[in-house]
Amino acid sequence: MQTPAPFDYVRASSVAETLELLARHGPEARVIAGGHSLLPMMKLRLARPDWLIDINDVAELDHITEEPDRLRIGALTRHATLLASDLVGRLFPIVHDAERVIADPVVRNRGSIGGSLGQADPAEDLTTVCDVLDAEIVIASPGGERVLGIADLHRGPYETACEQNELITEIRLPIRSRHGSAYEKVERRVGDWAVAAAGASVVLADDGTIEDVTVGLTALGVEGCVPGMLEAICQQRPSEELYAEAGRIAAAASAPVEDQRGPVDYKRHLADELTRRVLRRSVERAGAMVPA
Amino acid sequence: MQITTTVNGTEVTRDVEPRLLLVHFLRDTLGLTGTHWGCDTSNCGTCVVLMDGEPVKSCTVLAAMTEGHEVRTVEGLATGGTLDPVQQGFMEEHGLQCGFCTPGMMLTARALLDRSPDPDETEIREAISGQICRCTGYATIVRSVRWAAEHPAEAAASDIKAAEEVPA
Ligand SMILES: Cc1cc2nc3c(=O)[nH]c(=O)nc-3n(C[C@H](O)[C@H](O)[C@H](O)COP(=O)(O)OP(=O)(O)OC[C@H]3O[C@@H](n4cnc5c(N)ncnc54)[C@H](O)[C@@H]3O)c2cc1C
Ligand code: FES
Ligand code: FES
Repeated sequence: MQTPAPFDYVRASSVAETLELLARHGPEARVIAGGHSLLPMMKLRLARPDWLIDINDVAELDHITEEPDRLRIGALTRHATLLASDLVGRLFPIVHDAERVIADPVVRNRGSIGGSLGQADPAEDLTTVCDVLDAEIVIASPGGERVLGIADLHRGPYETACEQNELITEIRLPIRSRHGSAYEKVERRVGDWAVAAAGASVVLADDGTIEDVTVGLTALGVEGCVPGMLEAICQQRPSEELYAEAGRIAAAASAPVEDQRGPVDYKRHLADELTRRVLRRSVERAGAMVPA
Repeated sequence: MQITTTVNGTEVTRDVEPRLLLVHFLRDTLGLTGTHWGCDTSNCGTCVVLMDGEPVKSCTVLAAMTEGHEVRTVEGLATGGTLDPVQQGFMEEHGLQCGFCTPGMMLTARALLDRSPDPDETEIREAISGQICRCTGYATIVRSVRWAAEHPAEAAASDIKAAEEVPA
């Protein structure tokens, strides 16, 4: 039987109270959201916080708000809520693509977007989604609020720029017209972490050429978006040749490690193939006709 | 610490350690051993119970987190002497063999039917995809849930006693 080491537990009811409790209980205090990353780690004694500050009652962290130029998602919004939201699916189909393959419906009832980003697992799907959508992360600090680009949130595996006495409160996704996005993942079985996955975000110009593009890879050893993608394929008409070129760039940028999920050459092949697929689908979704 | 939780409609107050997991609270503190406990790693889904009507893996929820919330276990599926249609469905369509995954499967099915009274096979398979059955191969489980969807009021007619007899 796996049991966490002893700790003290307290519930917060607001962001202000959470910050106050984090400050009061010091460096070994951690917030718990869905607990579906933290509790398994505590059971294995990979994490041993002295205090858990439960943020499940912090209603202000659980919202999806549309504004003219951005979608604001509260950090406590559950995977299941994101998947059930028509608004999210319409604006950012990539979020639905990813949520459908994150864990299973029961885990998705508890796990939250803030917890996912806070965990910073290199195989975490929503990080890639936020990378390609160029998300902004709002962090509440004792001194006030700061907003970071997603690239500045992640410092490395399991490490973020959100300090112990701070709280991720919101994820902001910019809304753009003629925008399409997609995510595709290869897993060993339903609900498993990715062998490899790719996400793409495309903005088309009025003439149908690619105006902006980002590609991100999950579990393939690439921090942030694949470099050089925009330079290589922007201002060109979407075509199979272009997707193939993008696939080559993604495969070259990836640095997978061999593990129980597969050998390096297989994963690099996935980087290539999945990049082509998500670009193709993103372009379709952005409303373009792909020349035959 | 002291927590007050509603379990199967009854308010219970207990002293618990903050690190006590919901699955152990239900089984060891409250004696509700219908909630099974398998992998301990949030994967198998045998420990699924309903929290405010939604399935959760109780090996990955602290008992303390349920304070002020409603928990429903398999013991709370039948009302009075009347089986839930889902329980009846598992009998009619042979949805269980060893029964280990069954409590969690039935609770997930109940939550699904509450949300979507007429789910198709794909929807049922999706709903139970976080839960592992080593015995029946899922086909009979899916059929059991369909039976419950097709007989929403049927079980009201039978009582627990009848349920104990294996249907012909
Ligand atoms: C069986 C299983 C399969 C899974 N499969 C996948 C998968 O395929 N893909 C995938 O991406 N994920 C997967 N996950 C992870 C799942 O998505 C987690 O729920 C999620 O990663 C963490 O969310 P949480 O709300 O449970 O966070 P918690 O476990 O509560 O917290 C995780 C970490 O983030 C910190 N934290 C939480 N909220 C905040 C906040 N607002 N501000 C700052 N820090 C915060 C916590 O202190 C902790 O360090 C899986 C999990 C399980 C159990
Ligand atoms: S015992 Fe909880 S998921 Fe397996
Ligand atoms: S009936 Fe035996 S595990 Fe499902």
